[in-house]
Amino acid sequence: MTVKQYKEVLTKPLLDENPITLQILGICSALAVTSNLSVTLVMCVALTSVVSFSNLFISLIRNYIPSSVRIIVQMTIIASLVIVVDELLKAYDYETSKKLSVFVGLIITNCIVMGRAEAFAMKEKPFISFIDGLGNGLGYSVILIAVAIVRELFGAGTLMGYEILPLVSNGGWYPANNLLLLPPSSFILIGLMIWGIRAYKTDQIEANEFKLSKHATAPDLTKRELNA
Amino acid sequence: MLEHYLSIFITTVFIENIALSVFLGMCTFIAISKKIDAAFGLGVAVIAVCLITVPLNNFIFNTILKDGALAWAGLPDVNLQFVGLISYIGVIAAAVQILEMFLDRFVPALYNALGVFLPLITVNCAILGATLFMVEKDLKFGESVVYGLGAGVGWAMAIVVLAGIREKLKYSDIPDGLQGLGVTFLIVGLMSFGFMSFGGISL
Repeated sequence: MTVKQYKEVLTKPLLDENPITLQILGICSALAVTSNLSVTLVMCVALTSVVSFSNLFISLIRNYIPSSVRIIVQMTIIASLVIVVDELLKAYDYETSKKLSVFVGLIITNCIVMGRAEAFAMKEKPFISFIDGLGNGLGYSVILIAVAIVRELFGAGTLMGYEILPLVSNGGWYPANNLLLLPPSSFILIGLMIWGIRAYKTDQIEANEFKLSKHATAPDLTKRELNA
Repeated sequence: MLEHYLSIFITTVFIENIALSVFLGMCTFIAISKKIDAAFGLGVAVIAVCLITVPLNNFIFNTILKDGALAWAGLPDVNLQFVGLISYIGVIAAAVQILEMFLDRFVPALYNALGVFLPLITVNCAILGATLFMVEKDLKFGESVVYGLGAGVGWAMAIVVLAGIREKLKYSDIPDGLQGLGVTFLIVGLMSFGFMSFGGISL
């Protein structure tokens, strides 16, 4: 493995193969924890560490896992890592842990972790798997942080709790857009983000199942078609 | 009493819809909603698995894991909540496996219809999410049965509705970049805004 390959594995998931906007993995938590930037950052760190270490450990024992029970083995490793993260969070940052509620536990079923274990760690060597986990965790983080910045900045006028846009209600000039604080708005934001990314990376565009054909005018049609 | 159960059911199906209000099981929700048939099959499987695993996990939580729950075994000071996550996911994985074998043996028609969706359900966060919310709400056993059913029904209803919309949508002229995933996100966002209107109802 050359340095170049490591770099490629690390940076590809950021935009080219982003887990959220292309692979449809790990969407649930992207929606529910993005109304506040500091909570989002904690979630990103938690997920990135779980996915990198689960990739590392699964890759270390990949040759000893019988393929018929591999899902349960992977689940056990992932669940143990999540328990460690959950307990650490409860011990050192109880407030954030309360705000994240069930979503830390749900990292177990976050499809990014499972998907990368299946698709990458079961086949590749430990170190490169760790890098792949890191890359995918970062790809997830990039989207989450972008959504969280938009939602917190324009929804509440703050970033990480610090006031950026002074609100009208506090004597400032910015009328808060409360719509952005509602969870469904993150769907719309991610949808628009996908549009933006695909306008730039046109190879990600999905083909339409049906094409609109040009409206047929009379001379284009054969006689038989007109009679039919 | 019946009224209490009914209110839990209605709350979980509409007001706290597991897909459109708390956003769980989104990956499968978006990936497998292109056709109504597939969405319906997956929905039925989720209802069945939720109905089995939520009460089962409730039983385990209340008799083994909860603080002081081991008093019946003479260990009143033991609190095993930290192994909660691993036990829940173990129960879910085992339940899905057993359900799969049971259907294969006794109801092969349904087994073939569900096909690949059954094993996929283990990693569906709607199932684990329903269990975790059940623990957070500290439900009793009877309530957890109703809660599991409601969570499953709510999720199934949402995915069938989304599949219906997407089936109609494939005939429309959508900008290239929004095609497929992008426009699905926008639709789910709008559906979810719609479901927020149930939020004001108190039962």
